[in-house]
Amino acid sequence: MVKKCRFLLAAVLLAGFVLTLSSCGQDKRVVLNVYNWGDYIDESVIDLFEKKHNIKVNYDTFSTNEDMYVKIKSGGADYDVLFPSDYTIERMIKEDMLYKLDFDNIPNYKYIDDRFRNLDYDPNNEYSVPYMWGTVGILYNKTMVKEPVTSWRILWDKKYSKQILMLDSQRDSIGVALKMLGYDMNTRNLAELEAAKEALIEQKPLVLAYVGDDVKDKMIAGEAALAVVWSGDAIYMKRENPDLEYALPQEGSNLWCDAMVIPKTSKNKAAAELFINFMCEPEIAYKNADYIGYSSPHTEVKKMLDPELVADKAAYPDEEDLVNYDIFKDLGDYLKVYDRIWTEVKSH
Amino acid sequence: MKKYWASYPYLLWMVIFIFLPLLLVLFYSVTVRTEEGVRFTLEHFQRFMEPIYLKVLYRSVKLAVICTVICLVFGYPMAMVLAGNHFKRKQVMVFLFVMPMWMNFLLRTYAWMTLLERTGLINAFLSWLGLPSLNLLYTEEAVVLGMVYNFLPFMVLPIYSVLSKIDKSLIEAAQDLGADDVTVFRKVTFPLSLPGVFSGITMVFMPAVTTFVISRLLGGGQFTLIGNLIEQQFLVVGDWNFGSAISMVMMLVILISIGVMSKYEKENEGSGLF
Amino acid sequence: MIRLLKKSYAALIYLFLYAPILILLVFSFNASKARGNWTGFTLKWYLELFQDRQIMKALYHTMVIAVLSSAIATVIGTAAAIGIHNMKKLKKKIVMNITYIPVVNPDIVTGLSLMLLFIFTKFRLGFVSLLLSHITFNLPYVILSVLPKLRQLDKNLYEAALDLGATPFYAYRKVILPEIMPGVITGLLLAFTLSIDDFVISFFTTGSGVSTLSIIVYSMARRGINPKINALSTLLFVAVLLLLFIVNLRTSGTSHEHKKRSEQKW
Repeated sequence: MVKKCRFLLAAVLLAGFVLTLSSCGQDKRVVLNVYNWGDYIDESVIDLFEKKHNIKVNYDTFSTNEDMYVKIKSGGADYDVLFPSDYTIERMIKEDMLYKLDFDNIPNYKYIDDRFRNLDYDPNNEYSVPYMWGTVGILYNKTMVKEPVTSWRILWDKKYSKQILMLDSQRDSIGVALKMLGYDMNTRNLAELEAAKEALIEQKPLVLAYVGDDVKDKMIAGEAALAVVWSGDAIYMKRENPDLEYALPQEGSNLWCDAMVIPKTSKNKAAAELFINFMCEPEIAYKNADYIGYSSPHTEVKKMLDPELVADKAAYPDEEDLVNYDIFKDLGDYLKVYDRIWTEVKSH
Repeated sequence: MKKYWASYPYLLWMVIFIFLPLLLVLFYSVTVRTEEGVRFTLEHFQRFMEPIYLKVLYRSVKLAVICTVICLVFGYPMAMVLAGNHFKRKQVMVFLFVMPMWMNFLLRTYAWMTLLERTGLINAFLSWLGLPSLNLLYTEEAVVLGMVYNFLPFMVLPIYSVLSKIDKSLIEAAQDLGADDVTVFRKVTFPLSLPGVFSGITMVFMPAVTTFVISRLLGGGQFTLIGNLIEQQFLVVGDWNFGSAISMVMMLVILISIGVMSKYEKENEGSGLF
Repeated sequence: MIRLLKKSYAALIYLFLYAPILILLVFSFNASKARGNWTGFTLKWYLELFQDRQIMKALYHTMVIAVLSSAIATVIGTAAAIGIHNMKKLKKKIVMNITYIPVVNPDIVTGLSLMLLFIFTKFRLGFVSLLLSHITFNLPYVILSVLPKLRQLDKNLYEAALDLGATPFYAYRKVILPEIMPGVITGLLLAFTLSIDDFVISFFTTGSGVSTLSIIVYSMARRGINPKINALSTLLFVAVLLLLFIVNLRTSGTSHEHKKRSEQKW
């Protein structure tokens, strides 16, 4: 009996030892830590990169800009490439958290559409390379919503009680309420924000849930009639369930852009730039755009994609549809006011 | 056998990884970082006293109490059944009861998501019966259900272990003296099982009041509990000071409830689990 | 009659406990992604599961962390238990109270306090921080498993060994250790399962590139229902079943007491 026990203990210890050894000795390659949104890449692209450049990629995902920001800011993680959205990039630039990119190492930058260069968050385009862009709008199920969807107001319609999904993201949800009321999404006017808060509290009984990525699954399964979604997800969901349709509200909405940046925690800037450049290779960018279904700022990709998709207003809306579409700005310390409002809404 | 030193690595470990971290939480909860440096303040606790946060605290305690009561009401009879001689293989029955607990509690919570959804199995069954579908997921009831499902065994096992240790001759004596079943239960069995009940209550209430996972997955982000608030402060907002202050309040709630419970346990001379 | 009532009550409770799990298992073989209906048997989710880079990496991390943390916690914890056993009453009481802190403290507080410690000391969050945290919450359970065995020990054994000329260390290794071995093994297995099961503490103390299965399940579940999770649950359930079966064969009598302890976790 005792012998058996000792054997077991020894075996466990040995197994642990071997496992650690193998995890240490496994790789002498350069390691690149990439931190991206969940479900936001064609994973085969990573393998291609690893093979081509003999660099090992540690791929990790986050679910909100805020999650990602806190992880980087706290200094607990040393990622090399991040994929934040516009306003978070602005904030990170302001707080000196990003490296300036060496565009000599990123020749493929030439493919990026002028429309997405020098946007407000990175005015001289020194820190970021756009990855995907899109809008925020309403996805609805045609079998449950018979009327035309043109306005955010439909999300306040009692008819759809408990059939509405809102995003569990303070900027987006407060932004929707602000736009519905005709205000700017980046407002610092307390009265306007109070009005938005009241509107969200009034809406809360109608909301089925505040969701994140699970919105896709729920809408495809027909769990709800209306949802606030990102345009890229909308395209994917429409493909999976033809009953779904995407609408851009007339009051305007949010135009967003996710871009690749290199945080100062990176210990391997050259490899990170190599990765960014690789992601802008037409073939690779096409693979990603095709897999994710989001709108690509890449000029070549647009030519390679299915013409039907490029003609889809949900994916590539006309400029004139985007008149009232604001890009989020970094709010700095004012974010605390938004945070408070969101806590008040959610704990109501 | 004077070998205290064998425990020194452990003590050092506990000082570094238990004591210091808790001190840090305390430190963050009573300080604020300003331009001039770090200074002492109680503002975070003051902030917690605002109605919106108290409401969250109230909801957490309310749901935890509801969950505890349900667990007690359904768990006590179950403990009695397990402790009684109803099954030939008692050990096996107890083992079967404990089994699901060894499964990851995230998976157990997730299992309910698939059942409660509008297109889930329960609603599929309802529509098969020709009944209208119900809104089950993302309600307060779903959160309580998830808690009860996860924590019921914590209530049953301590009660069961106390019940099965009760001296049978006590019950026989009561019966000999003419007590009926109800009286035996009221005057003998139940009072003797109180220590188990108290540790059961603590063991259910504690995880229920601190959870943030169950409310996130089954509540759809609508029912912010104190655990969610803490998680949010640390991982979303990045306000560690306020997050630490809430944690201190939560620890206080827990310590008080444990203190009260163990006092009762001692009075009843039970074999405390803590 | 009452007997029947009691049995059916128990049956209902068992149904409540097992139905969700069984449904999860059954639907892991469902061809359709939609939940309400059964469209045919498939093993496709299992295949996808094994091809998923993130899940496979998480499985690897989970196992390595569980093996290492339980082994290290067992070594430190067993030594600590021997030390504590030999302490005077007051000192023992103080140390035991410290030991109970991680058991009683809410997991979320343990997790975030450790996170604060790592960030405060500029310690990189990642594999090592995760390992250290797991050892920390495993230690008390090892000690609580070993101490009862030490109490049952015959004091004269050790002294007899010394009288026969054994050095103290030799006596420990040859006399005491074999006697308390069952407790040590139980502690080890307990620590191992707790480590695999943990979510909250790992969630707070992990960093770039390192996630455990629990963390993956949490983020997948937040994204929505995914048959891959069902497949994963099935495999884990079967694994746990096997593990429990082995443990039960070994320690059929005593294991129950320890299960109860582990329940205090989270």
